[in-house]
Amino acid sequence: MTVDNEKQIRAVGEIKDIRCCSRDIFEIVIAQSSISRNAQPGQFVMVKTAVDKSDDPLLRRPLSIHQVQHGVISLLFKVVGRGTKLLASFKQGDYVDILGPLGKGFAVEQQTTHFLIGGGMGIAPLLFLAETIRLERPAEKIVILLGARSREELVAVDGFFAINGVEVKIATDDGSTGHHGLVTELLPGDAVGAVYCCGPWPMMKAVAGLCRKQEMECQVSIETMMACGMGACLGCAVQGVDFIENGYLHVCKDGPVFEARKIWL
Amino acid sequence: MAVKKTDLAVSIGDWKLKNPIMTASGTFGYGEEFADYLDVDSLGAIVVKGISLLPRTGNPPPRVVETSCGMLNAIGLENVGLERFISEKIPIFEKYKTGVVANILGDSIDDYCRLAERLSDTSITAIEVNISCPNVKKGGVAFGTDPKMAYDITRAVRKKCSKPLIIKLTPNVTDITAIALAAEEGGADAVSLINTLLGMAIDIKSRRPKLANVVGGLSGPAIKPIALRMVWQVCNKVTIPVIGIGGISRVEDVLEFLLAGATAVQIGTANLVDPNVAGELVVKLTAYLQENKIENIGQLIGSLEV
Repeated sequence: MTVDNEKQIRAVGEIKDIRCCSRDIFEIVIAQSSISRNAQPGQFVMVKTAVDKSDDPLLRRPLSIHQVQHGVISLLFKVVGRGTKLLASFKQGDYVDILGPLGKGFAVEQQTTHFLIGGGMGIAPLLFLAETIRLERPAEKIVILLGARSREELVAVDGFFAINGVEVKIATDDGSTGHHGLVTELLPGDAVGAVYCCGPWPMMKAVAGLCRKQEMECQVSIETMMACGMGACLGCAVQGVDFIENGYLHVCKDGPVFEARKIWL
Repeated sequence: MAVKKTDLAVSIGDWKLKNPIMTASGTFGYGEEFADYLDVDSLGAIVVKGISLLPRTGNPPPRVVETSCGMLNAIGLENVGLERFISEKIPIFEKYKTGVVANILGDSIDDYCRLAERLSDTSITAIEVNISCPNVKKGGVAFGTDPKMAYDITRAVRKKCSKPLIIKLTPNVTDITAIALAAEEGGADAVSLINTLLGMAIDIKSRRPKLANVVGGLSGPAIKPIALRMVWQVCNKVTIPVIGIGGISRVEDVLEFLLAGATAVQIGTANLVDPNVAGELVVKLTAYLQENKIENIGQLIGSLEV
């Protein structure tokens, strides 16, 4: 079960801070009280990256909400193309045009232990989720498992360590910090609880497989090509397990967070 | 000082639109998706997502890719089918205080006729016939590229359609005016143009097309000059109203199409970027007319001096 979105808006927000976390990964903090008030963990915003009303790049970029604090939202993004490169060049005090909050976010399961598993940029929505669970369920256990290629690509982990009483475990492909291996290897074989996952497709597939074996509820957050982000263009189609009967699901409206058993074949 | 009321109303056959700003099919969902962002009722009309007799799942992903000042799409006419459209969507439309145009598509003249006949018995305001989708093998585009077939389908649908009838044209032809004339002769109340231009993009790393469908329809500001040229050419040939579509996102774009002779315009890809853009254009167009002391929008339409 995921959470339905609240009212969406198009708004212009002032950039309160923008910083380079590591080489090509940036965090941008935008003042936007309505979105920060209504956002649920796992939801995203569509950010206009073109400057001076330029038609290029034409489309907005979908970015998941990384953190929400007193009237501001923060987004964590990696420079992968023209749009994100332009966004990285914005400065503090600039204004950015955003739509949101969009999509269906994570639903906090009725469990006493919550495993948040992130790989690479997949950690972006998990900080907001971890802070929300901590706030709403102060007594419950939160275990955060983060994976990256190397120490250098492991960014924005301080926020997780700052949450009261969470257990954070790290894995890197090259062993430069934490466990030398895959983040999936950090999930105990006898784990009981709910899993919330975001990361590269193979990683989410592996996590969903483990959860199926261990009979754990698993939600995954999916990234796709997206044009509108609001269910109009139907561009972000993805197959669910009931594809034959019900056709495609759409990541922007039905997701980006899905119950893994409903999309993994 | 008494300010004279600005009249933005335009007519398509007997159908009067409060202003010439419409939305293009496939870019505005069923309207409800946009309710948080604009007042749907302020628009001249909305054209909703294309509908076929039976539901269609559409093309496999990836379905969209961004290009310079534009985008390619190959959605493949994913839609809920006529029955669910009538039972689930039309009740939503009935709440709107503006015209709602159903866009229909089929594989045969008979499909189109059945759709038009069924929809003529509903509260839908008008019907737009899509004979121009480039993204499916039987997307009706065959009807849109041959004047004889365009005439036949218009004539056949006209007989079954008691609502204002708009034929939507493809730009992927040598002479769009021949198709427009065929539609007029077949009994269309208006033609709308252009649908998307057939295009392609390749990922050089994987050496694969960026769209699963390989080719797709190009839209957005990139196609505006072509759309404008075609609208102007068609306006010089037909006597029925022409609805201009293609890369419109600013009030200046709207004015260009009106000057070229379009009676109304449809906003397409811009809705996907700025969901409130169509509403803004109504406001800006009204302001433009007031600032320039133009009392009636008809004074602008077709006033291009060549």
